[in-house]
Amino acid sequence: MEIPEIIGAGLCAIGVGLGIGRIGGSAMEAIARQPEATAKIQTAMLIAAALIEGFGFAALFAK
Amino acid sequence: MYSKLSVSLALIGAITFSVPAFAQDYNHHEDSHAVASHDTHDHTDLERGLDVKAQIKETIEHHLADSYEFTITEGVGFPLPVILFDEGLKVFSSSKFHHGESVAEVDGNHYVLHHSKIYKTDASGDLSMDEHHHPTNVMPLDFSITKNVFMILVMAGFMLFLFQRVAKAYQSDQTPKKAGRFLEPIIIYIRDEIAIPNIGEKHYKKYMSYLLTVFFFIWFMNLVGMTPLGINVTGNIAITFSLALITFIITQISGNKHYWQHILWMPGIPVILKPVMAIIEILGLFIKPFSLMMRLYANMLAGHVVIMSIIGLIFVFGSWLIAPAFFGLTLVLSLLEVLVAALQAYIFTMLTALYFGSAVEEHEHH
Amino acid sequence: MDKLIHDFSFGLFIWQLLVFVALIFLLKKYAWKPILDAVNAREESIEGALKAAEKAREEMKSLQSDNEAILKEAREERERILKEARDMKNKIVVEAKEAASAEADKTVAAAKATIEAEKKAAVFELKQQAAALSIEVAEKVLGQELSDANKQAEMIDKIIDDVKFN
Repeated sequence: MEIPEIIGAGLCAIGVGLGIGRIGGSAMEAIARQPEATAKIQTAMLIAAALIEGFGFAALFAK
Repeated sequence: MYSKLSVSLALIGAITFSVPAFAQDYNHHEDSHAVASHDTHDHTDLERGLDVKAQIKETIEHHLADSYEFTITEGVGFPLPVILFDEGLKVFSSSKFHHGESVAEVDGNHYVLHHSKIYKTDASGDLSMDEHHHPTNVMPLDFSITKNVFMILVMAGFMLFLFQRVAKAYQSDQTPKKAGRFLEPIIIYIRDEIAIPNIGEKHYKKYMSYLLTVFFFIWFMNLVGMTPLGINVTGNIAITFSLALITFIITQISGNKHYWQHILWMPGIPVILKPVMAIIEILGLFIKPFSLMMRLYANMLAGHVVIMSIIGLIFVFGSWLIAPAFFGLTLVLSLLEVLVAALQAYIFTMLTALYFGSAVEEHEHH
Repeated sequence: MDKLIHDFSFGLFIWQLLVFVALIFLLKKYAWKPILDAVNAREESIEGALKAAEKAREEMKSLQSDNEAILKEAREERERILKEARDMKNKIVVEAKEAASAEADKTVAAAKATIEAEKKAAVFELKQQAAALSIEVAEKVLGQELSDANKQAEMIDKIIDDVKFN
């Protein structure tokens, strides 16, 4: 890996981390507000996180 | 309760055994390197450090890559058949490569192993390299029963045996027996929480076989990857590509009129935007299975690399004071990996169901 | 990316594709279909059993309410019969009383009539006896008086006068 690639990969990781962090945080808030909908929120959270993660990986590998 | 206990015991055993297995493997590499380098010059400390790191890197790469022989631990293993299509079918045992150290001569053709790939060479076994250090030699069409193929076959046999027995237990009465008690809730979970909500009550039945097979295949393969046998099936791009390809093909085949209409000529938006949306949707068509493929591959690969790197750090520091800390860290990370093993199988199945659902969804509101 | 493409093993891909597709169909035939069918059948039978239990409970409830209705009816019947009996008794008593008083009246009336008749008969007899007595007395008196002629005439006159005025 060259230096720009490493920086790019790092930026990508930061972006994905922020995105997944936001999803997780929002899901927590949603669960706190509606504990009875925990299962549904978790499913939606996992799907959203998985999608973002997928793009993150795609960016990481697409060098 | 019984199954839970045995599963956790098995996991703890697997984790406990990974370290010695790694150590053996590592020692093997160190030995061969030591023999090679000792006669040239003495090491300085810095060089030794670099050397250890390079060896660890090599060990990890060796563990992640597919192989033509099945190594259980140092010196214990068995060769697997190599099947090549090169001027006719060539079948021979991988023991002819002598762990990649010698040129295999089959019916007048010469083959050599380089980074777990077979290349065609001459009798001397020389490879000509390009600027990326990739050999330019011809790679024959390779359908060998490699370690991964062997594991796939074993897993297929195991799953057939296991689930066929689970199914048979239902014949006597309607309650699950033995393994069925553990597996039935998972099957029902996949039906009730993954298939029905995402695909819909009406269409879900015909996709159940694929969803169940893909879930258990990925899950079991991930768990087998946790064992110290150095099996890395789900962390191989060819495997995840074929899984994603099947999902992609099934999705496109079951796509109904509305699905294609939404992709090619999205209703409810201005005409000018329609071609733009069509391009985005068609791209999405391929990005979806691509992300499926990448996610599983990268997660499993990353899990293996992280755990093995941390075990490798024990040898970099080489201190009995630090080793227990890294051992504990490995244990924790292994537990995380057990979770990830199930989670990735779940996410793959979930997203597959989601894509199937989008293909068969009926839009009454238009 | 080129590392990924370089690492890609076509043979492994084909093997996985073949084995996995075969596995899907084999598992479908020998495992998933029987398991899912068994689970479905069990769920249906459980649902059926639950429904049957619910139905039985409903029936029991209706049976209970039926019983209650029957009991209530029986109680009403008893009340009615008792009331009827009481009425009947009262009526009989009243009738008996009436009959008794009527009989008594009749008896009294008969007695009165008898008494009256007896009285009349007695009075009649008394009158006759009185008349006979008075005739006898009169005969005796007359026998004495009529010995005197004047006195006879006087007497006759007086009687005639009396008769006239009568």
